[in-house]
Amino acid sequence: MAKHETPLLDELEKGPWPSFVTDLKQQAETKPECWDILGQLELSYKDRITHWKHGGIVGVFGYGGGIVGRYSDVPKQFPGVEHFHTVRIAQPSGLYYSTENLRALMDLWEKYGSGVTNMHGSTGDMVFLGTRTENLEPLFWDLTHDLKQDLGGSGSNLRTPSCCLGESRCEWACYDAQEVCNHLTQHYQDEIHRPAFPYKFKFKFSACANDCVAAVARSDFSVIGTWKDNIRIDQAAVKAYVDGADGYPSNGGAHKGGNWGAFDIQAEVIDLCPTQCMWMEGDELKIDDAECTRCMHCINVMPRALRPGAQQGASILIGAKAPILDGAQFSTLVIPFIEVKKENDFEDIIDVIEKVWDWWMEVGKNRERVGETMQRIGLPTFLSVMEIEPLPQHVKEPRSNPYVFWKEEEVPGGWDRDIKEFRKRHAM
Amino acid sequence: MGYDPKNPMEGRITDLGPRYYGDMLPPVIKENKGTWLYHEIIEPGVLVHVAENGAKVFTVRCGSPRLVTVNYVRDICDIADKHCDGHVRFTTRNNIEFMVDAEEKVAELKATIATYGNKFPIGGTGACVTNIVHTQGWIHCHTPATDASGPVKAVMDDLFEYFGSMSLPAQVRIALACCLNMCGAVHASDIAILGIHRTPPMIDNERISGVCELPLAIASCPLGAVKPAKATVNGEEIKTVKVNAERCMFCGNCYTMCPAMPLADPEGDGIAILVGGKVSNAKSAPKFSKLVVPFLPNTTPRWPETVKVVREILEAYAKDAKKYERVGEWAERIGWEKFFEKTGIPFTEKSIDDYRLAYDTWRTTTQFKYTSHTAAYTK
Repeated sequence: MAKHETPLLDELEKGPWPSFVTDLKQQAETKPECWDILGQLELSYKDRITHWKHGGIVGVFGYGGGIVGRYSDVPKQFPGVEHFHTVRIAQPSGLYYSTENLRALMDLWEKYGSGVTNMHGSTGDMVFLGTRTENLEPLFWDLTHDLKQDLGGSGSNLRTPSCCLGESRCEWACYDAQEVCNHLTQHYQDEIHRPAFPYKFKFKFSACANDCVAAVARSDFSVIGTWKDNIRIDQAAVKAYVDGADGYPSNGGAHKGGNWGAFDIQAEVIDLCPTQCMWMEGDELKIDDAECTRCMHCINVMPRALRPGAQQGASILIGAKAPILDGAQFSTLVIPFIEVKKENDFEDIIDVIEKVWDWWMEVGKNRERVGETMQRIGLPTFLSVMEIEPLPQHVKEPRSNPYVFWKEEEVPGGWDRDIKEFRKRHAM
Repeated sequence: MGYDPKNPMEGRITDLGPRYYGDMLPPVIKENKGTWLYHEIIEPGVLVHVAENGAKVFTVRCGSPRLVTVNYVRDICDIADKHCDGHVRFTTRNNIEFMVDAEEKVAELKATIATYGNKFPIGGTGACVTNIVHTQGWIHCHTPATDASGPVKAVMDDLFEYFGSMSLPAQVRIALACCLNMCGAVHASDIAILGIHRTPPMIDNERISGVCELPLAIASCPLGAVKPAKATVNGEEIKTVKVNAERCMFCGNCYTMCPAMPLADPEGDGIAILVGGKVSNAKSAPKFSKLVVPFLPNTTPRWPETVKVVREILEAYAKDAKKYERVGEWAERIGWEKFFEKTGIPFTEKSIDDYRLAYDTWRTTTQFKYTSHTAAYTK
């Protein structure tokens, strides 16, 4: 595999942001197939279309997913990317690595693949980018036997779950997102590796409503941390913020580079509260917690003075997806509060998941995301399948059209009526 | 012993899942997990978290191109071995985080990072432009309408000053997807760069019956533009599909299902810009991004038109928005008519929704502001 001229890509070596082109060129010195990656990409920059053939079905025995097959449409010109399959590697929850593990993974990929990776794919997997079909089984053998780890998911199945960093390094975590993410990933290995669903299904776990893993937008089953008692207030720290004391910058220092003037608790916290449930009494900050929607703004702005309540758990929202087919959806609130308990192996959450799957696997159409099934069948039916009482919290607002379905048993006398009886009282 | 192709199921290990995260946490994280009390951003890219017992962890966050090589990852490992007891993590936006357990170790860590030139720029914290969540583009995918790594590099080069500073009204999340499958975060980002097509698919009648399940291709169309049809190939009548070009809005989903319906086109393809999305619940509910620029060309290798529009939006926002206001909150407060006026982006019919629940997005009130757009009415 020879070096190719890449005048267009060379332009992307300029500028201050780290250049993937420079990195690939350096890697090409020991992994010459990188020249062909750059060569084909240069051709795409010239032609302004992709040069990968449609689709590609490859994998390892025992699994129905985990590897995305890909073939070049110009293999003679760029033999190094004739096969260019992607291998998804299951990542540790929260994306913490030991260098021992990272180096072992890189050695494995240098041996069997192109040496190019994505750290990480959007769903969370570590992505090994580019290898040949005959390398897949030996790679998988070494991955499982030597590194004791596994592939991620692809296809119509449970995809690789992911989470925010949770309790590991955040004071706002309302449950152990990493632990539940890891536990459910292990619990549902079969559903991850062997596609059995109408379409893909994703779990994401964010430990508070800031939603650092974007669960509400990017997972069919979104678990978002919250609390049900009162925000914990340290009034001395509130005063320190108001006084502009050292070590008490607004928003944890996030605005240090801006010229925003002295901290103004009225303008920056109280007036921005979406429910207007906060006020000052002398030096003391008061919160009417019954009116609080736990949006996190006041806590975000004064992390040393305010903490989430102590009775913690999560809300479960269901059905997020990208636009195809019927339009983008965020997840819909289904369970306002649930405890996330390690002691019973997260059984309460597992119950909810399995109710969703039992129903969706039966009624979901081919390639229909659960959010679309919910729309097609209706939220009332979905809630009854889930055995959840309808609550005002389930809607942003009540419906405005009057096209309401009633079940026959809800109406006295039912629907079986005789027109002759009706005519006795109402002639035509 | 290794893999034996003659006995593929022998010795096979399956369903191991990922490595347990708890085995790979830095000691200071492991010891204090679940007991963190507060945090502070000391300077751009550097955070400190303080635990109930007074323990501290200092984090240095660095940008990364996401598409990286084993050499690059080994550089990360070298830094982590030298300063962080062999531990490192990645963020949900593909930045790298090095952690140390004492303040005096931060300067040494930063000094080592600096020896790598621009490989690991420090920043991405607070009210900044952090890393761009992005997709595969022409490096690996078969359905893209634009590249991912190239436009991301071009935009981050241009906005680099905002990565290592914290001067904006709030954090600005930029995302890119190379087609409207929107792998990643385009539908819910402050500024989103989206690859789009503008030409209907071509039908490869010579291949279609061999490679496609026609009912799937027909069912794949959100607008019912794909219909069953018959065609003659080499004197033989075959089953195929036809596309009603009037009803096609070039989403490419039929090509995803059917290799005989390609639509990529150098002139037709390009980029749309969406703005105003967010996922956090802070102050306002999560918001979808809205389409404000319907088309910019794929001008390789540096996409100058896209880079320029993204900067114009960012600067108009930075100048006008209030502290803590996300792009979408700002646009909704001032009104979208003012958004278009302040950013100088021309408004076109392409921004007016005409899909199913479109009516909900039209203006059914007399409340509007006069802007440059209504000058003809106020003369």
